[in-house]
Amino acid sequence: MTPGSDHRNRWGVAATAVVLACALPLVLSNYQTFQLTLALIYAIALFGLNLLTGYNGQISLGHGAFYAIGAYTAAILMDHYDLPYWATIVPAGVVCLGAGFLFGLPALRLEGLYLALATFALAVCTPQLLKYKLIEKWTGGVQGIVLLKPDPPLDLPISADRWLYYFTLAITVLAFLFGWNLLRGRTGRALVAIRDHPIAAETMGINAALYKSLAFGVSAMYTGIAGALGAIVVQFVAPDSFSPFLSISFLVGVVVGGLASISGAIFGGLVVEFIPNVADSISKAAPWAIYGIFLLGFMYLMPSGVAGALRVLAMRKTTRQTQGAHVAPPLTRSTGEVPQKSQ
Amino acid sequence: MSGLLEVRHLEASYGPTKVLHGIDFGLDAGGIATILGANGAGKTSTLRALSGLIRRSGEIRFQGDRIDGCATEDIARRGIAHVPDGRGTFVDLTVEENLRVGAYTRRDSAGIAADLDRVYGHFPRLAERRRQQAGTLSGGEQQMLAISRALMLRPKLLLLDEPSFGLAPLVVREIFDILRAINREQKVGILLVEQNANLALALADRAYLLETGMVVIAGPAEELSRDETIRRSYLGY
Amino acid sequence: MELFWQQVLSGLATGSIYASLALALVMIYQATHLVNFAQGEMAMFSTYIAWALIQAGLPYWAAFVLTVAIAFVGGVAIERIVIRPLESANVLSLVIVFIGLLVIFNSVAGWIFTYTIKTFPSPFPAEARFTHGYISAHEMGMIAVVLVVLALLFAFFRFTSLGLAMRAAAQNPISSRLVGIRVGWMLALGWGLAAAVGAVAGMMVAPIIFLDPNMMSGVLLYGFAAALLGGIDNPVGAVVGGFIVGVMENLVGAFVIGPDLKLTVALVLIIGVLVVRPAGLLGRRVVTRV
Repeated sequence: MTPGSDHRNRWGVAATAVVLACALPLVLSNYQTFQLTLALIYAIALFGLNLLTGYNGQISLGHGAFYAIGAYTAAILMDHYDLPYWATIVPAGVVCLGAGFLFGLPALRLEGLYLALATFALAVCTPQLLKYKLIEKWTGGVQGIVLLKPDPPLDLPISADRWLYYFTLAITVLAFLFGWNLLRGRTGRALVAIRDHPIAAETMGINAALYKSLAFGVSAMYTGIAGALGAIVVQFVAPDSFSPFLSISFLVGVVVGGLASISGAIFGGLVVEFIPNVADSISKAAPWAIYGIFLLGFMYLMPSGVAGALRVLAMRKTTRQTQGAHVAPPLTRSTGEVPQKSQ
Repeated sequence: MSGLLEVRHLEASYGPTKVLHGIDFGLDAGGIATILGANGAGKTSTLRALSGLIRRSGEIRFQGDRIDGCATEDIARRGIAHVPDGRGTFVDLTVEENLRVGAYTRRDSAGIAADLDRVYGHFPRLAERRRQQAGTLSGGEQQMLAISRALMLRPKLLLLDEPSFGLAPLVVREIFDILRAINREQKVGILLVEQNANLALALADRAYLLETGMVVIAGPAEELSRDETIRRSYLGY
Repeated sequence: MELFWQQVLSGLATGSIYASLALALVMIYQATHLVNFAQGEMAMFSTYIAWALIQAGLPYWAAFVLTVAIAFVGGVAIERIVIRPLESANVLSLVIVFIGLLVIFNSVAGWIFTYTIKTFPSPFPAEARFTHGYISAHEMGMIAVVLVVLALLFAFFRFTSLGLAMRAAAQNPISSRLVGIRVGWMLALGWGLAAAVGAVAGMMVAPIIFLDPNMMSGVLLYGFAAALLGGIDNPVGAVVGGFIVGVMENLVGAFVIGPDLKLTVALVLIIGVLVVRPAGLLGRRVVTRV
């Protein structure tokens, strides 16, 4: 199978997916459409996290914080400044781009485990920070902010839920296209190089510090945009919605979907949205027990996630060679062992 | 060859790279053998393979039993003490703790105490520094410590990886004299890997010359040290 | 002034809990170079077990000892079953596994014991004695219990050959194998001890912060901060760090920023230490070879 036709195959699959996605709301109820919208939103957030952790090797257990910042930015702009919902997306993205970049700067000094620790601390602190009395005027304190459901523009004859779905879908497609383009070019290669061989990357002239901080910024931007969309779609933000468990569910999504994989974000988004719904009926605690089992199970059985497993299956059918670069290679451990690439 | 250690067709690799391509050698009880060769010949790998530290295949018999499938700890518990290259000192433990940990698998406290005394007898400098952190010792002292720790196991076979490395000649001579004494008094077999061929051949009964993972010459140590061509082309003196 | 000393003393009391958790974290870090993100949840779960035993009628100290034993066995089991197979995996995989454990312990506790907040008894009398109201009997008892546990651990590691073997295995696993130490089991024992220490911490702090599945997340954060502050590879540092963090938390909370942002203090401390002096106060500066 030549690279050209493999490429065309990929585009074909993607195009089919988009067409399918457009058609779905026509056969689903409003509520189900709403759920799918959330799945897309999570997919955007996961894409951001994947960029940072999968492609650039910086572990973040705190992306819920950026989601919260995006959500609150949108909510405050809509509630206090009467901005229309669609105008809040870009500001939310910009704010998070800045916040992520700023967090990325001290994070430059932290590797693997320590970065995980620091971001975990960020996640644990987020609800408390959001409840802080001094900014209560803006954030609405413990009660949060309630928003109005946007109406479809131009009095289009579709429900608000369906409109929001298409709105989100459009942003998702744009975001993924932009990200795909970013990753397949020099930037993407630089990020992966920094992940795999940071020192070698530096000696080749890649400014690791700049790329790493940018990676943090862009990753936060994606997650922030997702947060803004989340605020719009759910019409509610409150500190306790952004607990450390949000960050952990992002982690689950990325792991299950597949690290260093674009399609993995979609799978992950579906998981993050639908598992709690399915499991909630069993017990309030059940979704998390399932998440925990997923985390463990996937680490042992399917380390490249669903996307990785599918890719391996597809490759086995069509070609003898496996393209190792697409499988998320391991990060080196702090003990200094250099892992053997599994081919 | 019958006796303490018998090795047939030993192969070893680091990951996908094979470093030993099927070597044979052996040692009698109470004997001393040395493995010589240039850098990268596979000498250290041989000892590591014996101790199970790297992936190996082949037949390794210790006192008649196969040990090529055993884990490192079990090989040590059978009575093979390996002094690794770099000495492997527990730098944060004291000298005495290093020695005691060498005797960890033994239950006879009287015997341990006696061996401790004997070791301090061989190396009085260690006795002076017994409460000092092992990391603060000089290179020579650490080598003495490493050998002593190995002896605390009361081994039947001592594997030594380049004991002369980085040490002053006087210190080296001291250590080699003690090795000879230990071998004679306690009948401990010694398998010595050395770059300093002169010293090694003076101590050993048998010698093996390794080149890129294969034994190219094997024979009594005396013969190798007398043979001019071997000395000049392989041993560098 | 009275408030100051009250805050300092009660800071020492909570500091003893942070010290215990920090010690548990350091013990595992020393042996494996990994931070056990699930340490807090394991402690919480152990505390629930103690609660269940007490509900079943066991006297306090019997339940205490039994819980510590169960926690020990549990820690050993987790190392052998969950962690061992991933020995050579990369950092991200291991972090994910730890988070998985965290999540499982948290949710199973919620499942079995529900999310309603429960009270947990204190073995110490309710009235404060000797202290004119500066510090409650429970807080004093906490400090005492923790110090006893620390002393026992210290004696174990310093004076027993098993303790020596565990220290050796943590420092230099290869050399330890070469003297016959079964390093894998030493790691498992380390996990068991860490879990046991965590259980003690949980049982001591539960009477103050009440028992609920999420009770340990803040405590864990302070434990991290304490461990990093003291030096992530230094047990003495962990203990010292714990007491410092406890006192600092109270003083900063009472006199500087108010009680609402206490957790953020931990966050700032963590990032601060990692960026300014990653080795902490007493840790060893590690120079990684390029």
